[in-house]
Amino acid sequence: MSIKDKVIEIIAEQAVLEPSDVTMESTLEDLGIDSLGLVESIFAIEEEFDISIPFNANEPQASDFDISNVAAIVEGIEKLMAEKTA
Amino acid sequence: MKRVVITGAGTINALGHSVAETLEAMREGRCGIGELDFRDVDRLAIKIGGQVRGFEAEGRFNRQQMALYDRFTQFTLTAAREAIGQSGLEFSGELAARSGVVLGTAGGGVSTWDDNYRLVYEEGKNRVHPFVVPKLMNNAAASHVSMEWNLKGPSFTVATACASSNHAMAQAFQMVRYGMSPVMITGGSESMLCFGGVKAWEGLRVMSKDACRPFSANRNGMVQGEGAGIFVFEEYEHAKARGADILAEVAGFAMTSDAADIVMPSKQGAARAMAGALADAGVNRDEVGYINAHGTGTAANDKTECAAVADVFGPHADNLMISSTKSMHGHLIGGTGAVELLACIMALRDGVIAPTIGYEEPDPECALDVVPNEAREAKVNVALSNAFAFGGMNAVLALRKV
Repeated sequence: MSIKDKVIEIIAEQAVLEPSDVTMESTLEDLGIDSLGLVESIFAIEEEFDISIPFNANEPQASDFDISNVAAIVEGIEKLMAEKTA
Repeated sequence: MKRVVITGAGTINALGHSVAETLEAMREGRCGIGELDFRDVDRLAIKIGGQVRGFEAEGRFNRQQMALYDRFTQFTLTAAREAIGQSGLEFSGELAARSGVVLGTAGGGVSTWDDNYRLVYEEGKNRVHPFVVPKLMNNAAASHVSMEWNLKGPSFTVATACASSNHAMAQAFQMVRYGMSPVMITGGSESMLCFGGVKAWEGLRVMSKDACRPFSANRNGMVQGEGAGIFVFEEYEHAKARGADILAEVAGFAMTSDAADIVMPSKQGAARAMAGALADAGVNRDEVGYINAHGTGTAANDKTECAAVADVFGPHADNLMISSTKSMHGHLIGGTGAVELLACIMALRDGVIAPTIGYEEPDPECALDVVPNEAREAKVNVALSNAFAFGGMNAVLALRKV
């Protein structure tokens, strides 16, 4: 499974949706994921890929990690994975 | 001052998943203590406890709730649903704004601590689930009750070890009595039956390896239990006006501190608490028909408690009944007073006195009517519920038949 598909699967599970309902343009808000759901998603992604995501729940906008929509999250994970294997 | 009555009760413990099941077990003198069943139990010296059986969180709670509810919260919500359901109350507007939740627990989310320490220490993981803190905090159960039933008044959690529930219920009683809240949800819960929770108690060397036999000369220690007891305390006129079924009246309470020793109980501290509860309730000592004892089954507690009863009640100590239901459900630690209050309600309402089971040999230092092994029918108008905690913190409640 690609990184993108895996991230979408994790986000879909958190949102209690089917992966097909999650588009790259969806925002977490669109998907009904609140702040607790967000930290839980971040945790699940970290566990899945064995990475550390630079996300601070106090100030999500100021984090180095862009969570503005699913595409941004996937891109961020891909970058972290590339750094990890580099 | 207002009168305070109990209009709902709920429980889950080793004897049953409801009040009806629990009281039936108490009437039958059934023992809920058995072999413990959890990870690494083979590394424990103590392998018995009053464990709740057949309770699956899956199905009761959704995935999001499961991620947030430690077992002590799951027990609390299950018991609260029964209690609030029985009361028939729905909380909105002014009633919601003024009603709250005061609960007792000694350890809070012990198994959440245990599981996550295991992950980071034993398994070497460097990341834990984001909800570890909101799951393990001692007030988590009270918070979830307030959220589930829209209780927006004063809510908090009390921790006084084995007296936590009694202190919590005493506090809730006071709040209704003085008109601060028309209704308070109160009681307590505990879920320490996991490897770390039992291992810690083993260290004290006060645990029995085979049974809890309070007041019996051959007693050899306490046995842990788990579960919750939750009650609806309601202002009497409020309950009467809506035609609520009243289970019993909370007539008075007292709290004392031994100010002496961190583990050894004091006869004076216990006696002052019982005498104080009688004075607060305005009842004479000879009106008391039943005492639900703290009765842990340790050498220290049982003889101290019996001596305190003899001091407070004088010749009437030989006329009243005193039993320890811990022999059946084990010691629920911070939740124990709440489950034990059910035995007081049964005595007052149904005229059935729960027995002290496992009683085998009279102890001259516990020469009271401990209702050995078999429940008894008797008319009781006033009952006391004792809780004497480590740290010398005592709380006694007085209940009256309505």
